[in-house]
Amino acid sequence: MPDSVGLELLAQELREADADSVLDTVFFRDKGAIEVAPATIVATLEFLRDKGFRALMSVHGVDYYPYEPRLGVHYELLDMSSVDRLTVKLRVPLDNPHVASVTPAWPTANHQEREVYDMFGVVFDGHPDMRRILMPEDYEGHPQRRDFPIGGEPVLFTIDETEGTAYTR
Amino acid sequence: MSTDVTRTGSDYRAIEESITMAPLERLGTDDMDHELLTLNMGPHHPATHGVLRLLVTLEGEVVRDLKPIIGYVHTGIEKTAEDKSYWKVIPVVERMDYLAYYFNAYAFCGATETLLEVEVPPRAQYLRVIHMELNRIMSHLVWLGTSALDLGAMSTFWYCFRDRELILDLFEQSSGQRMHTRYFQVGGVAEDIPRGFEAKLREFTSQMPTRADQYKDLLANNEIVLQRLRGTCPLAEEALLSLGVSGPLLRAAGNPWDLRKATPYCSYDHFDFKIPVGTEGDNWDRFAVRVAEIYESVKIIEQAMEGLPEGAWITDDRKVALPPRHELATSMEALIHHFKLVTEGFRVPPGEVYFPIESPRGELACFVRSDGSSKPARVHMRDPSFVNLQATAPMTEGSYIADLIATLAMLDPVLGGIDR
Repeated sequence: MPDSVGLELLAQELREADADSVLDTVFFRDKGAIEVAPATIVATLEFLRDKGFRALMSVHGVDYYPYEPRLGVHYELLDMSSVDRLTVKLRVPLDNPHVASVTPAWPTANHQEREVYDMFGVVFDGHPDMRRILMPEDYEGHPQRRDFPIGGEPVLFTIDETEGTAYTR
Repeated sequence: MSTDVTRTGSDYRAIEESITMAPLERLGTDDMDHELLTLNMGPHHPATHGVLRLLVTLEGEVVRDLKPIIGYVHTGIEKTAEDKSYWKVIPVVERMDYLAYYFNAYAFCGATETLLEVEVPPRAQYLRVIHMELNRIMSHLVWLGTSALDLGAMSTFWYCFRDRELILDLFEQSSGQRMHTRYFQVGGVAEDIPRGFEAKLREFTSQMPTRADQYKDLLANNEIVLQRLRGTCPLAEEALLSLGVSGPLLRAAGNPWDLRKATPYCSYDHFDFKIPVGTEGDNWDRFAVRVAEIYESVKIIEQAMEGLPEGAWITDDRKVALPPRHELATSMEALIHHFKLVTEGFRVPPGEVYFPIESPRGELACFVRSDGSSKPARVHMRDPSFVNLQATAPMTEGSYIADLIATLAMLDPVLGGIDR
C-alpha cells in the first residue's frame, strides 16, 4: 500500500501532469484514495498504469445523497508487482451524469460500467454498448440511488403485458 | 397449398413435401461459408450452470461471436443491504454467490471490521480459515462434478456430491445450517466449534486427498476429457489481466496471484501452502489448477486445526459483539448493550473501505460506505464471476461450440454472484 507520503507524492505528480486533475486525497485505514476531476479520468488512469497500476480490479458506483455532487464512481487499481492498491474516485452531479468511459483502455470495465449506468444512471461516453445489464431493458429509474424507494415496485410478468389478448389463452 | 381439402394421410405428405430445404438466410455473399446462425443458449440450459443466456453467433459449428445476457436472478441484494443494520446484512450477502457463502460473509465482515477497527481474536481467525477452506473445497467439488457432467462423465458428479455432503455435515455441526450458515459475525464467529467437530474434521481431511486422487485418476487419464480440455480455448495472461480476470483462471495462465499469499489476511501467513499455477492457460490448466487447490486447502485446514489457539472466538468489544448470555442475568450494562445491539445495531464510523479476499473464483471484494449510522450507506460486492464472465467471448471465439461448453464449465461462473 502506498503510505500517506507516497500518496501525496503520487498526487503531486498527477498535478504536475494536469493542474486541475486532483481534487482531494484521502488516506483512510491504511489505504490511499485520490479524487479526480471527472474530465481527467482517462488520462489519470493512463498515467497510473504507467506507474505500475496495471490492473483495474473494480469499478463501482456510489450515491452520496444528500451531498452534492451526488453520484460517485470508484476505480480500484492494483499493482501486482509491488502489491499496491489505490482508489481513484470521481463525482458527477445528477443533472449532468457524464463520464468518459475507460472501457477502450481497460476491457474489464465493460460490464462494470454498464452496471453503474444501470444502478445509478451515470452515462459513460464512449462505451461500446451502453445498455442496462442487470435490470430489465424497459425498466424506469436507477434502483441503487438513495432516493429510490425500497419495496413497492411493480413486478412484471408476461401476463401483465398481454392480458386480454389471444396470446395468453 | 390449398386448405379446403380435408386432411388425409396423403395430404399431410403433400404438406411435408412442400417445405423447402433451402438455407434460411445468407449473409454477405452467396457463399455457403458465410451463413451465420444466431443461437440462444440458455437461460434454461443445463450447461450454463444457472440462468445464464448466451447469444451465440455460429458459422457452422464455429463460434464467431458471443454475448452473455445476465440479470435473470437479480434480486437487489445490494439495495436490500442498505436497509438493514450491519449485523443483519451478513445473511443477505451470504446468498449472493451461493457456493461461497463463507467468503461473502467474510468479505462483508472484514470490511466492517476495518471500518470499526475491531481486533479479531486469533481463535476466531483460525476458525474462519478452517471454514473458508472447507468452503473452497466444497465449491471446487461442485465445480468438478458439474463440469465432468458437462463433458459427459456422469459418475464423477455423484462422487463429488458425496464428499460435499461430508463438508455440509461439518458446517451443520458448527453452525446448525448446511448452507448460508451465518457463522461469521462482525468481530469473530458466532460460536465455538462443538465437541466432536475436530474428530470429524480430521476424518475428513485424512480421506479427502485420497478421494481427490481418485477423481484425478477418473478424469485426468481419460481420453475424452484430455481431448476436450487440452489446448482448447487458451487465453494469455496479458489478455486476462486486461479483462480483470483473477483466481484460478489467471493462475492457470501462469500468474501466481493469490491474495492469501500476496496480502495475507485472517492469519493466512501462518500456514504453509503452495499456489498451483498452470503454463498454457487452456482448459486443461484451469482444470488442473482447481484440482490441485483442493490438496492445498486440505493442508491449510490440517495446520489450522493443529495450531488452533485457545481463547475467545469473538471480540470482547461489547459495542460490537453480543455479551455472553450468562452476563445478562447479573450485569445491567450487559443488558443495555444487548438491547442496543439487537434493536439498533452498532454504529460504524464514516468512511469507505474496499476489502478484497481470495474466493474460490478469484478476487471477491466488498465495498462498504458508512455514513456513521447503524446501516451501511452502500454495499457493493465485486464478484469474481461477474468480471470473469467477460472473458468467455475472447476465449471461445473461433472455437467449436462443444469447446464453448467445456470453457464455460472451466470458467465456473455462479449466477447468484453475477446477478446479485
